[in-house]
Amino acid sequence: MAQALRRLAGGGPAAAADRRSGSWIALIPSLTLICFLSPIVVGLTGTVLPAFGVMPALGADTPTLAPWSDLFAAPGLWQALLVTLWSGIGSALISLAITVAILAAWHDRVWFRRLRRVLSPLLATPHAGLAIGLAFVLAPAGWLVRLVSPWATGWDRPPDLLIVNDPYAIALVVGLVLKETPFLLLMGFAAVQHVRPGPALQVARSAGYGPVAAWVRIVFPRVYPLIRLPIYAVLAFSLSVVDMSLILGPSTPPTLAVMVLRWFNDPDLTMRLMASAGACLQIIVVAGAIGGWRLSEIAIARLARPVLSDGRRGGGGGVARFGSALPAIIALALAGLALASLVLWSVADRWRYPAALPTAWALDTWTRALPGLARPAWTTLVTGLAATAIALVLVIGCLEYERRAGVRPNNRVLWLLYTPLLVPQIGFLFGVQTALVATRLDGGWIGLIWSHLLFVLPYVFLALADPWRALDDRYARSAACLGASPNTVLFRVILPMLLRPVLVAAAIGFSVSVAQYLPTVFAGAGRLTTLTTEAVGLSGGADRRVLAVTAFTQTALPLLGFAVALAIPAIRFRHRQGLKA
Amino acid sequence: MTADQPATLHLESVGLRLDGHPLFEPVTVSVAPGDVVALMGPSGCGKSSLLAWLCGSLPSAFTAEGEARLGTQDLGVLAPEARRLGILFQDDLLFPHMSVGENLAFALRPHLRRAARRAKVAAALEEAELAGFAARDPATLSGGQRARVALMRALLAEPRALLLDEPFSRLDAGLRRRVRQFVFHHAKARRLPTLLVTHDPEDTEATDCRIVRLNATAPPP
Repeated sequence: MAQALRRLAGGGPAAAADRRSGSWIALIPSLTLICFLSPIVVGLTGTVLPAFGVMPALGADTPTLAPWSDLFAAPGLWQALLVTLWSGIGSALISLAITVAILAAWHDRVWFRRLRRVLSPLLATPHAGLAIGLAFVLAPAGWLVRLVSPWATGWDRPPDLLIVNDPYAIALVVGLVLKETPFLLLMGFAAVQHVRPGPALQVARSAGYGPVAAWVRIVFPRVYPLIRLPIYAVLAFSLSVVDMSLILGPSTPPTLAVMVLRWFNDPDLTMRLMASAGACLQIIVVAGAIGGWRLSEIAIARLARPVLSDGRRGGGGGVARFGSALPAIIALALAGLALASLVLWSVADRWRYPAALPTAWALDTWTRALPGLARPAWTTLVTGLAATAIALVLVIGCLEYERRAGVRPNNRVLWLLYTPLLVPQIGFLFGVQTALVATRLDGGWIGLIWSHLLFVLPYVFLALADPWRALDDRYARSAACLGASPNTVLFRVILPMLLRPVLVAAAIGFSVSVAQYLPTVFAGAGRLTTLTTEAVGLSGGADRRVLAVTAFTQTALPLLGFAVALAIPAIRFRHRQGLKA
Repeated sequence: MTADQPATLHLESVGLRLDGHPLFEPVTVSVAPGDVVALMGPSGCGKSSLLAWLCGSLPSAFTAEGEARLGTQDLGVLAPEARRLGILFQDDLLFPHMSVGENLAFALRPHLRRAARRAKVAAALEEAELAGFAARDPATLSGGQRARVALMRALLAEPRALLLDEPFSRLDAGLRRRVRQFVFHHAKARRLPTLLVTHDPEDTEATDCRIVRLNATAPPP
């Protein structure tokens, strides 16, 4: 690919410079692709083969369909499949609906801009931490019930309701919506900026269209294609999430991904063949859902086409604003309560039902739990920093190559980047683990960091690509004309000017790494554990206080990363008005 | 570094193509040391891209033909940073993360010691009537001050020719005249061949310069 890219860039007197800059930096795009596509290919192979009975490590080498018949005979499979489809597709649909409603109803309001700043910390919150906090809030003896009991409900004792881990996966859907809506909103914001709808909207408004009617007809059809990949990523994630499902989802039967993970972890090693078949089924479910979603898109686009020119002007948008603000406020409040409950439980000494707040406070839990958290916290930090640093080098190398060679960004690369986000983790991580065991890399740092890199890299790229490509190219050209070599331009002009987006991308990458559950379980092989695996492991237990301390530490780490990422440029460039955000 | 002998900038039947379509009829121009040649043509005909090509930073969608020489040296074989052509754009493009002094020092050759660098920067600021501005944030300067710093930065790199890409068009009328005089004065004093791209006739009336028109070719169907 690099070869093809380089050929594109040849020609003209600029060619001499291209040949020179084509030294080490030209290797980075290919290196990046190998680095993050090879584990997926290896992993998929290592999952598909056992699903058909081929796993030499277990002494199985005759292809057979037995794992599949075992799979379809597994008790609860169809129910698990149903709950997976509902929670995955349902939460993706709800998140998308809230996102589109907010964009349509609020795009011309002052609050719109402020909302963005609230989103980043929400986005940085790890799934597990949020889910644990949410469980504290929603549980029968949780904060919500306590706040209204017994004076309003008459419940002297926690009600006998299955609210969290409910068989209909409602708690899981709520958790997924809380986590996915901020992501889709941020992607939506970026897409709207790309489209630059200002003048077109003005034309529509002056033709008498209300703000929402205008937005839906003029902007939405152009924004949707730009957020299609993020939507598919959300869909794939929701259908195959493991950590949130363990904490909030139903248990008998659980969602498909959790079921498959249990089989993989079964002491009976032959279960792994059936588990592999289950992992393949998970991939089929995700692929089918994405395919179905695409077909629905086409159908809806065709059916709704007449709406574009039906001439209905729409109202002032008040109803839409109310209708979109309500779920958004509920979601924000729930997320806020969830995070606050982590703090409260971590410092609560006595907090009996139905007290709304702890009746005695203590730092005991912290002093008790911290020594045990030191190791996982260290592993989390090292893995996160290493994966982020490698991702930054690769992404900056790719973007800088693109800039020097003058290659225009292309859509196919974007699809490649999204691969790790579209293929369900459970669908290929077992194969990765098998390969790690075969090369004796399992349970070691290289395997762990590499497996995190797969998911950190796409997010770092997505976060950095836009600001990098938006930088006025004439700065670099001026610097080159002043006698600066390409590397001087990179390190003394481009990187300092982009310090803020680079650090924000790093903070996003770090938060993605901290949040990883399944990669840590598979690549860490139980020998390396992070705050996330600890928190998820504790979530089944009874000690809410230790769980709160662990989940709070897990949640605080990425937020700390964001704080540092914002503070450094603010201090470094405090006397530079031209770089104010 | 010894002062270079002033050399003439030659463009020899230079033409540009965008995605294969020629933008203007190939042009041949010579700019003698201390002379100003104005390239004029309709907007979008590739004037700025021609300067980008001279600098060695033509986007890959373009292809170029023809030759550019400085004296007897072919520019095409040189890396952009080795061509030593000063360029000024519509915007001053002072690096926003550096102080005024750091912006100027960025252009100086690395072999100069710190004291010499500081002295050169101070002298350049003096020449731009901005003495004592070294520690200032460029964002706090007025448009005219920034334009002068930008020229000084280009000159400190000891260019062998000066390329001007409509550098006065963003300034208001009164300021434009003064900045224009300032730029042309320094270019002549250093005997730099100067190639100006503009569509403002006033730019060409202000100094005795030759006008070369770029004839746009028919746009692709």
